[in-house]
Amino acid sequence: MMADSGPKEVAVIGNTDLTSAELDNNIKNTMVEIEKGTSLLRKMEISVAEAEKRTGKNTVNMQELYTVYLIETRPVDALTEGITPDSLWRRYSEFELLRNYLLVTYPFVVVAPLPEKRAEIVWHKLSADNMDPEFVERRRVGLENFLHRVASHPVLCNDNIFYIFLTEDKDWKEMVYETGFQAKADSRLKAVNAAFRVKNPDGRFTELKHYSDDLQTVLSQLLRVRARVADRLYGVYKVHGNYGRVFSEWSAIEKEMGDGLQSAGHHMDAYAASVDDILEEEEHYADQLKEYLFYTDALRAVCRKHELTQFELEMVALDLACKKQQKEELVTGTVRTFSLKGMTSKLFGQETAEQREAKLQVLEHQLKEGEEAVKEKNTESDEFVKTAWVDIERFKDQKDRDLKEALISYAVMQISMCKKGIQVWTNAKECFNKM
Amino acid sequence: MTRFSSPSQKQSAQESARDLSLPNGTPVETSSPASSSSLLNRLQLDDDLDGETRDLFVTVEDPKKHVSTMETYITYKVATKTTRVEFDLPEYSVRRRYQDFDWLRTKLEDTQPTHLIPPLPEKFVMKGVVDRFSEEFVETRRKALDKFMKRVADHPVLSFNEHFNAFLSAKDLDKRRGLALLSKMGESVKYVTGGYKLRSRPVEFSAMGDYLDMFTQKLGTIDRIAQRIIKEQSEYQVELREYGPVYTTWALSEAELQEPLEGVASCVANCSNALDELTQDMSEDFLPVLREYVLYIDSMKIVLKKRDNIQAEYETKLEAAAFRKEERASAT
Repeated sequence: MMADSGPKEVAVIGNTDLTSAELDNNIKNTMVEIEKGTSLLRKMEISVAEAEKRTGKNTVNMQELYTVYLIETRPVDALTEGITPDSLWRRYSEFELLRNYLLVTYPFVVVAPLPEKRAEIVWHKLSADNMDPEFVERRRVGLENFLHRVASHPVLCNDNIFYIFLTEDKDWKEMVYETGFQAKADSRLKAVNAAFRVKNPDGRFTELKHYSDDLQTVLSQLLRVRARVADRLYGVYKVHGNYGRVFSEWSAIEKEMGDGLQSAGHHMDAYAASVDDILEEEEHYADQLKEYLFYTDALRAVCRKHELTQFELEMVALDLACKKQQKEELVTGTVRTFSLKGMTSKLFGQETAEQREAKLQVLEHQLKEGEEAVKEKNTESDEFVKTAWVDIERFKDQKDRDLKEALISYAVMQISMCKKGIQVWTNAKECFNKM
Repeated sequence: MTRFSSPSQKQSAQESARDLSLPNGTPVETSSPASSSSLLNRLQLDDDLDGETRDLFVTVEDPKKHVSTMETYITYKVATKTTRVEFDLPEYSVRRRYQDFDWLRTKLEDTQPTHLIPPLPEKFVMKGVVDRFSEEFVETRRKALDKFMKRVADHPVLSFNEHFNAFLSAKDLDKRRGLALLSKMGESVKYVTGGYKLRSRPVEFSAMGDYLDMFTQKLGTIDRIAQRIIKEQSEYQVELREYGPVYTTWALSEAELQEPLEGVASCVANCSNALDELTQDMSEDFLPVLREYVLYIDSMKIVLKKRDNIQAEYETKLEAAAFRKEERASAT
């Protein structure tokens, strides 16, 4: 399986579909134009069209309320072959299963994250309730984005399990389990152990790990502060609504000034009301940041895998070196290091020549095996570093592009908000001038 | 911002061929003891004061702190330039403290009861621990005192008041004031004891009274809203000041994104500064004007009350006269 190091996809992945205008339209396709590449999205349109509530029994046989999402797929155009329009329902846990499978099966890939399981970093208006329609809607968009990320990835898009996830309802879960991916998963303990004890990891991965940590810290902080800023801004706007009320009351006791005050009051009301839309739009920006916050986990996972493979290589090499030394000792008869054997031979007498010969044979065999193992691990490690680094470069480019765009839309949003503000106050000033 | 310059004397009541009505639309009847139309004339806002006819210029400037054994206080230089014959000299420069302005205002109120005296800045600072000697506070006060003096100076009747003259010219104001203190006490007692119920208040004064009550209420509400906005904006500001720097921190670990991120950080900082200015302007320009109007309304209410008291006296005397007439009639 070769990572397709061919031309990378053009910027338009997932996130441009998430402009506010298109967000409003929650049923339609997300037409993604890709110039070259073997991405699945070239052939197939994927959308997470709807969300519905269901009740059912869960694993502990208790009734529960959960949400399912409708996945629709259809051919990109009439000429595309092999794709038939289809739709099926999936719940969040199935997405999780898919992602875990991908993580284990392609450890060198920075796998796109899923949207939040629970609403965490929110500003006060949004509830932290998983059933809240706004949360569900944002999650729907997030899930669609996830599918697009996977479908446009040069390696992941070819995966069969992924394809079946999109197209076949029955028995998908069984199929996933049958791949035995869970057995392949590295235990967390093993990974942590390796991280501590590895001697020579590739410097780039160490740097990447630090970068992920930094990015995670700064994005968490950014999201928290942004939520607080949004909260305060909401307060400022809403208090202006009080002006609307008092101007209206005041206009009742005035004669000449009445009309002017009344109109000005309406402008104040409009101003106060406008903040809801503004902050709704900003949530979209926050979601884009959140995606990259969650991406840091995937980055760290790749680094951990590298540390693990490197560590295993080092262990095997160490083992080989040990055996070589043992052989040397046996052959030359010198005991250079303190060993139990040395002691016992001193105490109980030397071994016979046959015994030694037998041991040598075993050692030779082990040495051969060891050398094979080292060769294998070496290749494995090199392969991993190579393929992982390709994907990391791909990820870096994607990140730079996406975040640049996100910042630009954020700036555009802010400009629009200020312009609206200026408009309101200009109108109010007109009213006051005319009084 | 509307400039509320001193009301100028328009035509007298007889010449009021114009359609006069109160701001809320009720028409005016001129059949009351004190003609309401003349009062109304004072209410008219008139911005086009003819600069050429001005012959009295007053400024309040140069605040200085004075420390004595008894107290510490601020004095202001009151500079006058005039060509009026009522003044001995063409120029004066005296130092006055707030007490002196307060005295002047009271004297004006007492001696010109039918005129609306411009308000002074507040005597006591209510907002907890405001520093009476801080630059900001002193400057705000000075501006307000300056406005007050200019309004009186531009007023065609008040500016000729003898007490005003004394204020501007007297070297030692305290001597002049000594007597005034006693009489002030006497007069205020009169107003407190007004328990007499009015027979009927003329419609336009009732209407005016009601309007003033509502108007004060609305102004008070607006003041509170403005203060609340200032508070919310400051809290927003606090968060904003933390927000920008996070982008700068982020920029440190990025390559391609460094420039855009730093750009965002500086934009946020700009917004922060602009907001600072806005909040400051609101405090310095908008709120004082509101408060001035509230004080004006208070003065108006006092005038109305005085009018009520005069009417009360008048009615009492009428009753007494009628009673004696009866007595005399029954005695004969």
